[in-house]
Amino acid sequence: MADLTTEFLGITTPNPFWLASAPPTDKEYNVRRAFEAGWGGVVWKTLGAEGPPVVNVNGPRYGAIYGADRRLLGLNNIELITDRPLEVNLEEMARVKADYPDRALIASIMVPCEEGAWKAILPRVAETGADGIELNFGCPHGMSERGMGSAVGQVPEYIEMVTRWCKKYYDRPVIVKLTPNIADIRKPATAAKNGGADAVSLINTINSITNVNLDTMSPEPSIDGKGSHGGYCGPAVKPIALSMVSEIARNPDTHLLPISGIGGVTTWRDAAEFMALGCGNVQVCTAAMTYGFRIVEELATGLSQWMDEKGYASTREVVGRAVPNVTDWQYLNLNYVAKAKIDQDQCIKCGRCYAACEDTSHQAISMSPDRVFEVIDEECVACNLCVDVCPVEGCISMVPMQPGEVDPRTGKVVEAGYANWTTHPNNPAAKAAE
Amino acid sequence: MAQGQTAPGIVAGRLSSEDLTANFGDLHPAYAPHEAAVAADRCYFCHDAPCVTACPTDIDIPLFIRQIQAGNPEGAAETILNQNILGGMCARVCPTETLCEEVCVREVAEGKPVEIGRLQRYATDTLMAQDIHPFTRAAPTGKRVAVVGAGPAGLACAHRLAMLGHDVVIHEAKPKPGGLNEFGIAAYKTTEDFAAREVDWLMKIGGITMESGRALGDGLTLEALKAEYDAVFLSIGLAGVNALTVDGDDRDGVRDAVDFIAELRQAEDLSSLPVGRNVVVIGGGMTAIDAAVQSKLLGAENVTVAYRRSRDEMGASRFEQDLAASKGVKVMFNLRPVAVHGKGAAAQVELEYTRSEGGRLTGTGETLRLPADQVFRAIGQSLQGAPDALALDGRKIAVDDRGRTSLPGVWAGGDCAAGGEDLTVTAVAEGRDAAMDIHDALSGD
Ligand SMILES: Cc1cc2nc3c(=O)[nH]c(=O)nc-3n(C[C@H](O)[C@H](O)[C@H](O)COP(=O)(O)OP(=O)(O)OC[C@H]3O[C@@H](n4cnc5c(N)ncnc54)[C@H](O)[C@@H]3O)c2cc1C
Ligand SMILES: Cc1cc2nc3c(=O)[nH]c(=O)nc-3n(C[C@H](O)[C@H](O)[C@H](O)COP(=O)(O)O)c2cc1C
Ligand code: SF4
Ligand code: SF4
Ligand code: SF4
Repeated sequence: MADLTTEFLGITTPNPFWLASAPPTDKEYNVRRAFEAGWGGVVWKTLGAEGPPVVNVNGPRYGAIYGADRRLLGLNNIELITDRPLEVNLEEMARVKADYPDRALIASIMVPCEEGAWKAILPRVAETGADGIELNFGCPHGMSERGMGSAVGQVPEYIEMVTRWCKKYYDRPVIVKLTPNIADIRKPATAAKNGGADAVSLINTINSITNVNLDTMSPEPSIDGKGSHGGYCGPAVKPIALSMVSEIARNPDTHLLPISGIGGVTTWRDAAEFMALGCGNVQVCTAAMTYGFRIVEELATGLSQWMDEKGYASTREVVGRAVPNVTDWQYLNLNYVAKAKIDQDQCIKCGRCYAACEDTSHQAISMSPDRVFEVIDEECVACNLCVDVCPVEGCISMVPMQPGEVDPRTGKVVEAGYANWTTHPNNPAAKAAE
Repeated sequence: MAQGQTAPGIVAGRLSSEDLTANFGDLHPAYAPHEAAVAADRCYFCHDAPCVTACPTDIDIPLFIRQIQAGNPEGAAETILNQNILGGMCARVCPTETLCEEVCVREVAEGKPVEIGRLQRYATDTLMAQDIHPFTRAAPTGKRVAVVGAGPAGLACAHRLAMLGHDVVIHEAKPKPGGLNEFGIAAYKTTEDFAAREVDWLMKIGGITMESGRALGDGLTLEALKAEYDAVFLSIGLAGVNALTVDGDDRDGVRDAVDFIAELRQAEDLSSLPVGRNVVVIGGGMTAIDAAVQSKLLGAENVTVAYRRSRDEMGASRFEQDLAASKGVKVMFNLRPVAVHGKGAAAQVELEYTRSEGGRLTGTGETLRLPADQVFRAIGQSLQGAPDALALDGRKIAVDDRGRTSLPGVWAGGDCAAGGEDLTVTAVAEGRDAAMDIHDALSGD
C-alpha cells in the first residue's frame, strides 16, 4: 500500500486527512478519539478572545438537504465558534499535542480585527505546542455581525493586515481560511499571500437557507419561529470548492501557495480530486459529522489503493497534477467532436436519457416500440445530459470521433488540429490563426 | 387445549388462537413511513414506464411513487384510485411478480423490483385511514344502470358510472358485497375486514344502491333488467366449480376448495374451523395454493398440492408456489387424481403420474397413494347462471373490446367475460372500461 505520509508547511502527518475546525474538533475528548481513529491532523474548533465565550442558540443549529434514501447531501449550520473558555481549550490542546506528536494540531483563531487582540492570543497559542494557526475569516453567520469571520474575509485589505500581524507575533505556519461568500476568490487569496500567509485553506461554509417550514413559514433550522441564514457544507458544496481551489492554484499571483482543500470531502476520491487541483492536504467536517470518525479508514485505504494503481509513491506526486488542465472556456478545443454511445448490454431501458434529450435537449435519442434506446448521431451534440441522468454508471459513454471522420450532425470533417474560440470565425474578436 | 396437528380426521381447533392469529396475520405488513420512503426512493421515474404498461389498470406508477417521495401519499392515492378504484385491494392481492413488478427496470437490472404493490398500499391506506373519498359525482344524467354482481368488476363499473352522474343499482346474489374479495382471496392477503371496509368506502361516492340477496335467474331476469334500466352490466364471476370425476369423489371429506375458503373468510373464530390432518388439494391455480396454505396455517399436519401438469404450466405464480413451500406445503407435479379411497369417508387419494405429449396429457400407469382425510377440489371455476340469450366465447360470455355482449344494452366484464386473466385487477379494469363505454352509449342518446 502506498505510503500516505504527507508534509504540509513542514508539518508531517501520517496521512493528508485533517479534521476541519468544527464540532468534531471542539474538545479533547473528540480529538483524542479522532487521532485514535487515524486522522492525520485536526484544526481545533475556532478559539475566540479571552473572556466570556460566545453563546450558541439552544435550539436546532443544523438543517440538511437529502438525496435518495435520505443520504445527506448538504448541511447548514448556525453554530458559532467555540463556546468554551479559551483557557480550557488551550490546556486541552497542549495535553493532546504532547500525547500525539506525530499528528498535526492547528489552532483556529477568530478575534476582533485589532492588532492588540491578535498580539494577546498568539503567544498563548504558541505555548500549547500547536503546529500552526488557521485564521478563520470565513464564518458567514453570527461572528460576521461582530466584525469578524467573513466580514474580514470579504475585505482583502483586512486579510492582508491581519495576516501580517500574525506573522509578526507568531513564528509557526499561518494558514488563512477563506470564505467562499465572495465574487472572486483570487482576491482574498492574493491578499493572504501578500500578508505573508504560509497557506490558504478553503472553503468555509456558504450562506444558505436549506428549507422553509411550510406550516410555520419559518426558515429551518427554526429558533422559536424565526430562522437565519447559516453556513452550507457537505457533498453539495464540493464542486464550488473545487472550482475556487483551482482558481487559486492556476492564478499566477498565488500559484504555488500551499492550499488545504475543504468542502464536501467524503470519500478518498474527493480527497484525490482536491489534491490533483493543487491541495497539499484536505480537511473534512460534514462527512465525519454524518458518519463518524471511522470514515478515515475508507479515505486512507481508498487513496492508497488508487495511488498504487497509478504508481504514485507519495501524495506529493498527486498534488497539482490536474492544474495544467484547468483552462478558460475560450481555450477549449472546438475541433474535438464526441458522440454519446449507449451500451445496450448495460442499458436497463428506463428511458430517462430519452426523456431528458427529447424534452429538454436535442432530440438525439430514439426509442423503439420495444424500448431500445439509441443515439442519433445526426442530432447528438455530445452535451452529456444523457450520461448524467442515466442510472447505470458507464452505460452511456462519450466516444470521441477520429480526425478525418465526418460528423453526421454538421457534415464537416473532424479536424486533427486544435482550434479554439479565440480564432473561430464566428467570434467578432477573432484573431486569425497563426 | 389445542388439538394439535396429528389429531386424526377433520377437526377444529388444531392450533391455539395465538398461533392462528400469528399464522393469519398480514402476508406483507403495511409499510411504515420510513420504509415507504426508502422503497419509493428506488424508483427511477422511467419514461413511458414498462410497469405502467404491465398494470391492467394502467396506473401511473412513476407519478404516484414520486408523489410518495415528495411526501404526498394522499395525492399518490388519488393517482392510483383515478385508474383503479380498488387500488387498495389490488395492492394486497395483485400477483405483482407477474404484473407491474415483473417488468420494473430494477427487477430486470438487479432482480429486485421497486415494491410497487406495497407502495400502492401505503398510499391508499394513508388516504383511507383519513376517511377521505376523493371523488365526487357529476351532475345527474337521469340514466339508470343495473349492475349484476358486486365483485371487483361490478364495483368498479358502478363507481365509475356513479361518478359520471348515472344512478346505479347493484343486484348481488349473496348477502354481502365484494365478490371474491370478500369470499375468495386468501385471508392473509386482506386482513382486518379490509374487503368490507373498502366497499363501504367506495359506496361513499353516492348514487349506488346495493340490493343484496338478489340473484339473476332467481326471480330476476335479464329481460326485466333491460326493461327497467338504461343499461345492464353483468359481472357475475364464475359461480360454478368444475367437477372432479373420479371414483369416490362423493366421499365425506371431499369438497370444493372455494367453499372451504369462503367459510374460512367468513369465520368469526378460526379455531372453530375444522381441517384434516392429511390434506390433498387437486389443482394448480391460485385457489389450490390458497386452500393448501390456509389448511396448513389452520394446523393440518401434511398438505399436498397435486397438479396434473408441470411446474411451468402451473397457474399459480412462482411466488405463490414458493410461498406455499415456505409454509410447509408440498407441491407435486405431473400427478392426476384417479380415485378417492376410504370406507365412507376419504382416507387416501390415488394419483397417477402423467406426461405431456404434444400438449396432450397421458397417464404413465404408475400410481401413488397419499393419505387424505380431506380432499379439496380446485380444478377451476365455471360460468353459472348467465342468461341463455347471451352468446358465449368458449365457456365465458362473449364481449368485444368495449365490453359489449351480443345483446344491445348489455355489457359484461370480470371473470364471467371472455378475455383477460382472472384477476382482481383485470376485473377492475374491465368494469371501469365498460362503464366508460356505457357512459358514451348513454350520452349519445
Ligand atoms: C380462491 C381464490 C383466490 C384468488 N386469489 C387472487 C389473488 O390473490 N389475486 C388476484 O388478483 N385474483 C385472485 N383471484 C381471482 C379474483 O378473485 C377474481 O378474478 C375476481 O374476483 C373476479 O372479479 P369478478 O367481479 O369478475 O367476480 P367475483 O369476484 O367472482 O364476483 C362476482 C359476484 O357476482 C355475484 N353473483 C354471481 N352470480 C350471480 C347472479 N346470478 N346474480 C347476482 N349476483 C351474482 C357473486 O356472488 C359475486 O359477488 C382468486 C380467486 C379465487 C377463487
Ligand atoms: C457545525 C459546523 C461548525 C463549524 N464551525 C467552524 C468553526 O468554528 N471554524 C471554522 O473555521 N469553520 C467551521 N466550520 C466550517 C468547516 O470547518 C468546513 O470549512 C466546512 O464545513 C466545509 O467542509 P465540509 O464540507 O467537509 O463540512 C463549521 C462547520 C460546521 C458544519
Ligand atoms: S438512461 Fe441509461 S439505462 Fe436508461 S434507457 Fe437510457 S441508456 Fe438505458
Ligand atoms: S393494480 Fe396491481 S398490477 Fe397495477 S400497479 Fe397496482 S399492484 Fe401493480
Ligand atoms: S419500472 Fe420500476 S423504476 Fe421504472 S417507473 Fe416503474 S417502478 Fe419505477
